[in-house]
Amino acid sequence: MTGSAPPTFASLAELARGLRAGDYTSRDLTRAFLDRIAAHDAALNCYITVDEERALRQADAADDRLRSGSATPLTGIPLAHKDLFCTQGLATTCGSRMLENFVAPYDATVVARLHTAGMVTLGKANMDEFAMGSSNENSHFGSVANPWDPDRVPGGSSGGSAAAVAAGLAPVATGSDTGGSIRQPAALCGISGIKPTYGRVSRYGMVAFASSLDQGGVLGRSAEDLALVLAFMSGLDPLDSTSSDHRDPWLESLQHGAPEVPERPPVIGLPRQYFDGLTTGAGHLDEARRVLEAAGCRFREVELPHTEMAIPAYYIIAGAEASTNLSRYDGVRFGHRCADPASLEDLYLRSRSEGFGREVKRRILTGTYALSVGYFDAYYKQAQKLRRLIQNDFLRAFTEVDLLLTPTAPGVAFRRGELAGDPVAMYQQDIFTVPASLAGLPALSVPCGFEGGLPLGMQLIAPHFGERGLLETAVLFQRDTAWHQEHPGTFP
Amino acid sequence: MADIHLEHLCRLAQLALDPGEQQAVQSDLARIIDMVDRMQTVDTSGVEPLAHPLGTAARMRPDLVTETVDRERFQALAPATRDGLYLVPRVVESA
Repeated sequence: MTGSAPPTFASLAELARGLRAGDYTSRDLTRAFLDRIAAHDAALNCYITVDEERALRQADAADDRLRSGSATPLTGIPLAHKDLFCTQGLATTCGSRMLENFVAPYDATVVARLHTAGMVTLGKANMDEFAMGSSNENSHFGSVANPWDPDRVPGGSSGGSAAAVAAGLAPVATGSDTGGSIRQPAALCGISGIKPTYGRVSRYGMVAFASSLDQGGVLGRSAEDLALVLAFMSGLDPLDSTSSDHRDPWLESLQHGAPEVPERPPVIGLPRQYFDGLTTGAGHLDEARRVLEAAGCRFREVELPHTEMAIPAYYIIAGAEASTNLSRYDGVRFGHRCADPASLEDLYLRSRSEGFGREVKRRILTGTYALSVGYFDAYYKQAQKLRRLIQNDFLRAFTEVDLLLTPTAPGVAFRRGELAGDPVAMYQQDIFTVPASLAGLPALSVPCGFEGGLPLGMQLIAPHFGERGLLETAVLFQRDTAWHQEHPGTFP
Repeated sequence: MADIHLEHLCRLAQLALDPGEQQAVQSDLARIIDMVDRMQTVDTSGVEPLAHPLGTAARMRPDLVTETVDRERFQALAPATRDGLYLVPRVVESA
């Protein structure tokens, strides 16, 4: 039987060791997280769906594998899936009334791969509707509280995933990032989060928002935890024609071992445009730089001259792709259907108008405007040209430096409701995360300090498929700092 | 301020707004369009538009049957079906 109570703030490697040593079973561990969810989630609202029976069934199967010796380092470890990854037999709502009753007939590739590795699904994490938002206030299922201060937002759109990990309601969680939706909530909740290179992780079964930007990733307690989960969920998928066939033996090797610190400390660029006028967190970023310098990293200032065009270009491209992707919700094949439609047009119009929330409608209308006759060249095409210039800025910088270091978000977590009436101010929250998304680059956020008791994050950005440099440098930073080991006192 | 014909956009997007929210959406959209109009200040003549971040073409696969349609399972999700067909309101009036 079991020896000790399972630790809920341990690293994935520690949990794997505990499971293998028989200190506790996967059922014990899963039960411990389900109990924490039952105790705390009413206050936080991290989860849209929790299926205890299913989780415990998966835990029992994992315990069988652990006993039979066919376990991976993830077998028996629970996780939360952002509620836009399709889970066969378990509701996938995407935070929307439109998909309130949608139960997918198949698993997303990310879900299938982590299930094959033996992970246990606790439930589906809350999110901004269709992943559109930076505060998790746009969910049909209610907003999520930040575990560090329940009056504040957790960030978005993967806010449920971030808050669940921060409060110890899951050891790790999946997320998706279109313009910062993993990195910004990770920063605001004091955890680590990685958005891999576009194409690294299959989008099959991940509900589409903006297909040329959407990328699945991980939110967790440390860079080491991110690396382990990423190793199992990434790689070519024949079911997603945009998934990349780039082979990465280093990443594959992490299925059997932890990432090291970099063999040669990297040269890191500080993009001037990201630091000019930065008030919140500037001192902590200086301190982070000194920590990395002491470990042998060298720094130099670089220029990314088109940075200020990233937000406008992003909101046109993402809006245009969203208006196209979301045209599939017509009340005919799946999703919300209005009552007693009088005609086919009435069916479309009312099903969509009732099913989508305010922010989703705003984005669809923005995209429709940008794609409409007479505006296409001025908006959509211009945005794509700026996207090229933004990518070129990065490619040029990466001829001089290995990585870039920037703030993740312009400030700490803001108060709930503070920006809800001002979409343009809300969009500015993504100012430091959107450029890497437009360029398809991998980027991660790790905690680098606190201001007024609220966590701050720093972002590292790497060239395409440069996850090794990102993760190893983050491992180095977390070896020499303890910010990632802080937990909110309210959820001991 | 940007010139936005909200009614036209709503028709294109198949969305209806409550009379109470029209004003707010109109002014939100105007502010968003004003914000994105900053893009017009950059001269991008000669720049190739970037549609895919890795610049690669879609991968081809061998033309083989890899899956079969499981109509019953997929239609179980639909709000209204009959005899394997999706039901919508009558489009063509009977004579």
